[in-house]
Amino acid sequence: MIVQKAAPPDQQPATFAFTDENLEKAKSIIARYPEGRQASAIMPLFDLAQRQHDGWLPTAAMNYIAEMLGVPQIRAYEVATFYSMYNLAPIGKHLVRVCTTTPCELRGSNDVVAACREALGIDLNQTTSDGMFTLREVECLGACVNAPVVWIGDDYYEDVDADAMRRIIDALRNGESPAPGSQTGRQTSAPIGGPTTLKEQTV
Amino acid sequence: MLQDKDRIFTNLYGAHDWRLAGAKARGDWDNPKALLDLGRDKIIEEVKASGLRGRGGAGFPTGLKWSFMPKQSDGRPHYLVVNADEGEPGTCKDRDLMRHEPHKLVEGCLIAGFAMGAHACYIYIRGEFIREAEHLEAAIQEAYDAGYLGKNACGSGWQYDIYVHRGAGAYICGEEMALIESLEGKKGQPRLKPPFPANMGVWGCPTTVNNVESIAVVPTILRRGGAWFAGFGRERNTGTKVFCISGHVNNPCNVEEEMSIPLKELIEKHAGGVRGGWDNLLAIIPGGSSVRMLPKSICDTVLMDFDSLAEVKSGLGTAAVIVMDKSTDLVAAIARLSKFYMHESCGQCTPCREGTGWMWRVMERLAKGEAHAEEIDLLLDVAGQVEGHTICALGDAAAWPIQGLISHFRPEIERRIVEKQAGATAPQAA
Repeated sequence: MIVQKAAPPDQQPATFAFTDENLEKAKSIIARYPEGRQASAIMPLFDLAQRQHDGWLPTAAMNYIAEMLGVPQIRAYEVATFYSMYNLAPIGKHLVRVCTTTPCELRGSNDVVAACREALGIDLNQTTSDGMFTLREVECLGACVNAPVVWIGDDYYEDVDADAMRRIIDALRNGESPAPGSQTGRQTSAPIGGPTTLKEQTV
Repeated sequence: MLQDKDRIFTNLYGAHDWRLAGAKARGDWDNPKALLDLGRDKIIEEVKASGLRGRGGAGFPTGLKWSFMPKQSDGRPHYLVVNADEGEPGTCKDRDLMRHEPHKLVEGCLIAGFAMGAHACYIYIRGEFIREAEHLEAAIQEAYDAGYLGKNACGSGWQYDIYVHRGAGAYICGEEMALIESLEGKKGQPRLKPPFPANMGVWGCPTTVNNVESIAVVPTILRRGGAWFAGFGRERNTGTKVFCISGHVNNPCNVEEEMSIPLKELIEKHAGGVRGGWDNLLAIIPGGSSVRMLPKSICDTVLMDFDSLAEVKSGLGTAAVIVMDKSTDLVAAIARLSKFYMHESCGQCTPCREGTGWMWRVMERLAKGEAHAEEIDLLLDVAGQVEGHTICALGDAAAWPIQGLISHFRPEIERRIVEKQAGATAPQAA
């Protein structure tokens, strides 16, 4: 099991509040759940808070959301530390997450991790000194026929090898937005060289 | 081989428009009111007749599961919860269905929910599938705008709402009781059964949890008839199925095929064959990481269905085929899976919380040969102590890959130990 730990107090902001825009979003999220079941909104609200707060979730935000939903603070901490997508400490601008579970490993994800280490000059779970990149190893991302898979921002980069990984990092470093999806140019999860089925399908 | 005219997911690869206009051109939402007009009993009867077994791994008959929901509400609302927390290593089929065929899922949610007396459906999608959730939410909005969902869904008089709930990175939430806990805003720790979800599910209300693919095939089954679906595959193993083929094949891919297709045919026809040819095959995990692996000798003839794979002590699981050729360090590959289960254990049951980490550490040593031969039996013993002694199946899932490795490849593990020991005692060259 994994349990994340909150960032030390000197990194924590004293307070947190949603922006007006996010407060409206929060209200519409809470409304998705039945009357009296607003505690269910805790995960989407954490996500909203994290997006507002440079990609990480401070303790003040957990307390703020716990109060908003009427749940005890301890329950908010339980949720925040249980799920791996909540970053409980500051991270780089680009969070590079390389899947290394067996299907990706069989297709060379260790080479992709090595390329990241070399290109970024950091080890796993570290952030570059310019604050641009944080590197992580993650478990199965659920895109195994396009292995190796790397998850950056809101997108998957698929069929990644060491060269493609270096290209992606260079592009991000230059402020570009490298195209997500297959890096070998194939049609999503279809076989390389074209599908073996549905060839006549026109709509 | 399945013909294109019998494929349900004709936009599996996203070559065409996934939005409502494209979906309608492919036959989705074709007079959905007529399907609802069949009535609850007839819908469930037809799904039973199709022989559809759940596509999320366990293979429980879908129609039968629906029939467990109370016929009359006792005042508590009923809920359909769709399990889109796809995370079983090797599996990536639901991802394609949600990003390329979201309307099949949305229409299926309406029909399935109606058949169990539900007015609301929650689709629990794994948090990492951000783009997929966007497609799904867009498709749901299109369905509302078209009058298919809402207060008077499809003009049937039935109110129906669908909501997307995003997870946040926890494999365990693919387990239905953990998923329900998570949907309630808690840690994803599985609950003991009974009570079963059909009696006491999300928010204490009658709930049915179904996999994405199980729900997405329902509209087509009703349009073409249960008998049509039941015409594919073998008895008790009917229908079409989306297979995911990953690992050491020339062309890894997803493909919809007939159930009970021979494993070898599936790989050679659609995935371009094993890298280096079929004779270069070492082993295959046929149903996602949680099932036992098969050596080549079994792969030569085994059929891809529930019963055939159960006969060889493996399972169809999610039909995610992970291929390993002769270059694979099998012990290391399974050790990596052990690390996965250690990472994903929710920590609730001691045998799993402690056992997964212990098994991983032993597997790491076995991969390097840094162990004693007796430890293989000790590992088997511990795996057996974890298996079946936990609230959910994660403990079993952690044990089975190890048991599969030892039962089929024990000599390879022993060889490493012997070689390591010989190396350690051999005199050093000057």
